[in-house]
Amino acid sequence: MEAVDLVVIGGGPAGMAAALEAEKNGVERILILERAKTLGGILEQCIHTGFGLHYFGEELSGPEYADRFIVLVEQNPHIEVKLGAMALEVIPGENRHRVFAVNQAEGLLELDCKAVILAMGCRERPRGALNIPGTRPAGILSAGTAQKYVNLEGYLPGREVVILGSGDIGLITARRMTMEGARVKLVCELMPYSSGLTRNIVQCLEDFNIPLRLSCTVVGIHGRERLEAVTVANVDENFRPIPGTEETIPCDLLLFSVGLIPENELSRAAGIAMDHVTAGAVVDELRQTGIPGIFACGNVLHVHDMVDFVTLESQLAGAGAAAYIRGTHDPAPEYLPTRGGNGVRYVVPQRVNRRQPQPLKLYFRVGEVYKNASVRLRCGETTLLQKKRPRLAPGEMEDLLLKPEQLAALPEGAELTIEVVEREGKDQIF
Amino acid sequence: MLNQSGRSYDVAVIGAGVVGALIARQLGRYDITAVVLERANDVAQGTTKANSAIVHAGFDAKPGSNKAKMNVAGNRLMPGLCETLHVPFRNNGSLVIALSEEELPELQRLLVRGEANGVPGLRLLDRSELLAMEPQVNPEAAAALYAPTGGVVSPYELCVAAAENAVANGVTLLRNFAVERITREERGFVLFSARESVRAGVVINAAGVFADEIARMAGDESFRIRPRRGEYILLDSSQAGVVEKTVFQCPSKMGKGVLITPTVHGNILIGPSAQDIDDREDLATTHGGLRGIQAAVRRTVPGYQIRDIITSFTGLRAHCSRDDFVLEASAANPRLIHAAGVESPGLTAAPAIAQHIAQLALKALGGACAEKAGWVPGRPAPLRMRELSHGERRAAIAKNPAYGRIVCRCETVSEGEILDAIRAPAGATDVDGVKRRTRAGMGRCQGGFCGPRVLELLARELGLPSEEITKCGGDSRILLNKTK
Repeated sequence: MEAVDLVVIGGGPAGMAAALEAEKNGVERILILERAKTLGGILEQCIHTGFGLHYFGEELSGPEYADRFIVLVEQNPHIEVKLGAMALEVIPGENRHRVFAVNQAEGLLELDCKAVILAMGCRERPRGALNIPGTRPAGILSAGTAQKYVNLEGYLPGREVVILGSGDIGLITARRMTMEGARVKLVCELMPYSSGLTRNIVQCLEDFNIPLRLSCTVVGIHGRERLEAVTVANVDENFRPIPGTEETIPCDLLLFSVGLIPENELSRAAGIAMDHVTAGAVVDELRQTGIPGIFACGNVLHVHDMVDFVTLESQLAGAGAAAYIRGTHDPAPEYLPTRGGNGVRYVVPQRVNRRQPQPLKLYFRVGEVYKNASVRLRCGETTLLQKKRPRLAPGEMEDLLLKPEQLAALPEGAELTIEVVEREGKDQIF
Repeated sequence: MLNQSGRSYDVAVIGAGVVGALIARQLGRYDITAVVLERANDVAQGTTKANSAIVHAGFDAKPGSNKAKMNVAGNRLMPGLCETLHVPFRNNGSLVIALSEEELPELQRLLVRGEANGVPGLRLLDRSELLAMEPQVNPEAAAALYAPTGGVVSPYELCVAAAENAVANGVTLLRNFAVERITREERGFVLFSARESVRAGVVINAAGVFADEIARMAGDESFRIRPRRGEYILLDSSQAGVVEKTVFQCPSKMGKGVLITPTVHGNILIGPSAQDIDDREDLATTHGGLRGIQAAVRRTVPGYQIRDIITSFTGLRAHCSRDDFVLEASAANPRLIHAAGVESPGLTAAPAIAQHIAQLALKALGGACAEKAGWVPGRPAPLRMRELSHGERRAAIAKNPAYGRIVCRCETVSEGEILDAIRAPAGATDVDGVKRRTRAGMGRCQGGFCGPRVLELLARELGLPSEEITKCGGDSRILLNKTK
């Protein structure tokens, strides 16, 4: 058994930022477990630009963004990295925790540590989850898998492409496939709006004349060995296909970009309380889960639309873990729950320590598109903050900043609610 | 393998589904030459890979029928066979529920049938006993028939294991060999595919939904097979626990009705629908079929929310015009032996069918055949990282470091296990073959992460370019061309 102060599970942007921040705050023995052969996580296959505008103030590709952290991690004498190492089990203890992992060189790794940061990221929802009728030929992939084949391995998985789902990965893959010579015939989206970033709709679809059809889904898959065609249809407000709107589109590749799911098998098995909306752990403002000393950050906590926010969130977790390890954390937090009210699907963190001393950002996501609305943070009937928002969309994470003195003034047991206040009526058009 | 063409064998088995593979395993015992001809790129590609995965107790079939005899005999053989072949099996018991008082006579009828068939331990349960056993079942259910000998098995793993064992014992497996024409000779037959041919003294017809076409090629038109579509939905292991036993509704003319069951791997399986179709290769699921099974299952477990769907699939049952298994030497030619019309409870019956058919084959060959000296009944236990303790994992990786490289995250499958599956006798040659043998790609992400890595390992092991690796043989290539 090897003893360390902190085990970080995952060497993507979340794990690296968390480890670096923990080190900056005085933690000396940090171990990152990364299952891939390199650090960087999913950024390694995201060779498009658009990363880093918030955090670095410049536009970087995914590998460039990752590299800024990889260099720091590799130079850092207090951070050890084990590559090709898959964490299999986290066993929480009273004062210290245990992590089991395997890798090729050392076999079974049994790690004893003061704190754990969960940074395993997320995975794509596969075709099966949608229960689309039809055959099961080759030529059906999740968009991220196609991205990996094209960007990292240098293979084209199809020439005539239909994409279901207009999330960012779907949009970016549409552009990428086009640039590699494939023809993207249609991107269809079940919802009446795209869940991707506006800039991606413009830069990935409109600039390449790729049609986007909203309120539309795939209702049939055809072809025995290799995909031959898909049937799409428009859907009504209850997402049911409208008879008579079916259209069969010949294609040899169907890509799914229908949502991301935090990869929380380890967390669940460890008995960590989960939020069923985010599918991630319930955390406080330091991103500490319900088990003291176990933290979570990045896409394993909730799916982010920009890596810049993953970095910021992971720095909170890294600092929180450092305080816990060094014993400088608040030993008696007074937690107030947060919740999403009208129009707000979830709020992270799900609880905040009333005694915490920093300005506090509450992150949240709305459930549909609003124009010219405002967002309000209230406690009971008292409005603490209200901000105008020209546009709110499910694809773009929002935040509100709360001052520590505002928080400290709240009564014990109070609940913080964030809600959308509609003014000129919601607008469902993308 | 192309060079095997034109060779002569004592026995040829047409079809490497669970029935054909288990027959081949039995033939491997004897000092004869045998070949298995499989039209697909892998074994277990027909009904075997898409069925309810149930080991039936044996109360459904008409007493005296082949179905009844083979079901009960197969049920007895299954636990020992699965142990020998290292195939997942669980004796979880099964229930048939009567949703109303009107269905009580049907339960009674099944009980009487079951007892006539020799099914041990059958018992009628009243509502409170039923709900104590399965608390989530419809509280309005009037009663249930409990069969303690019901079980679940992994059908494709049973088939793979049987084929592996047969090949290890000297049986030849020819894949991508679709029999298109059969000519008779004085002492047997010549079987032709589009490109090759083999000679065989005795032919065993285990061709599933194509069994009547094979029979016709050999001049026997005594039965017809009509494919009956059965659609299923597989749910994530997070849904485990809704039922512990296999729960059927009362049977209808079209089959045993929609069931809900745990699988040996801890998932929940619901289905099947039942629809007679004409196309023997139509494995499409349908909107109506998938909705229908979800609605039907809600009658079994009304409070249950069907969510976390992993996948849906279709299987074709080989429904026979005789409404029974055809297990006999053909009246047209005693050197042709049918193992045909094997629909439910065919999986359960398969071990018994295999013994019976192998004996018929030996008889057709002229009687007494010596047993092979070095016959091995089982196969080496496949190593499964996810099932090991931490200590066992340590030992496994020390022996072979490839077990320390996890490829499939959802199911914790290592590179070592995938290499074992490719290198085994009758090993995997495509991505789905690796999936069925190791569960890599079987989990929640359905191969999103591990797919590219499995493809790379297949290409490396088979010495093929990545573009030639298929999902399931034929033209099911995953990558079209290199871009750079």
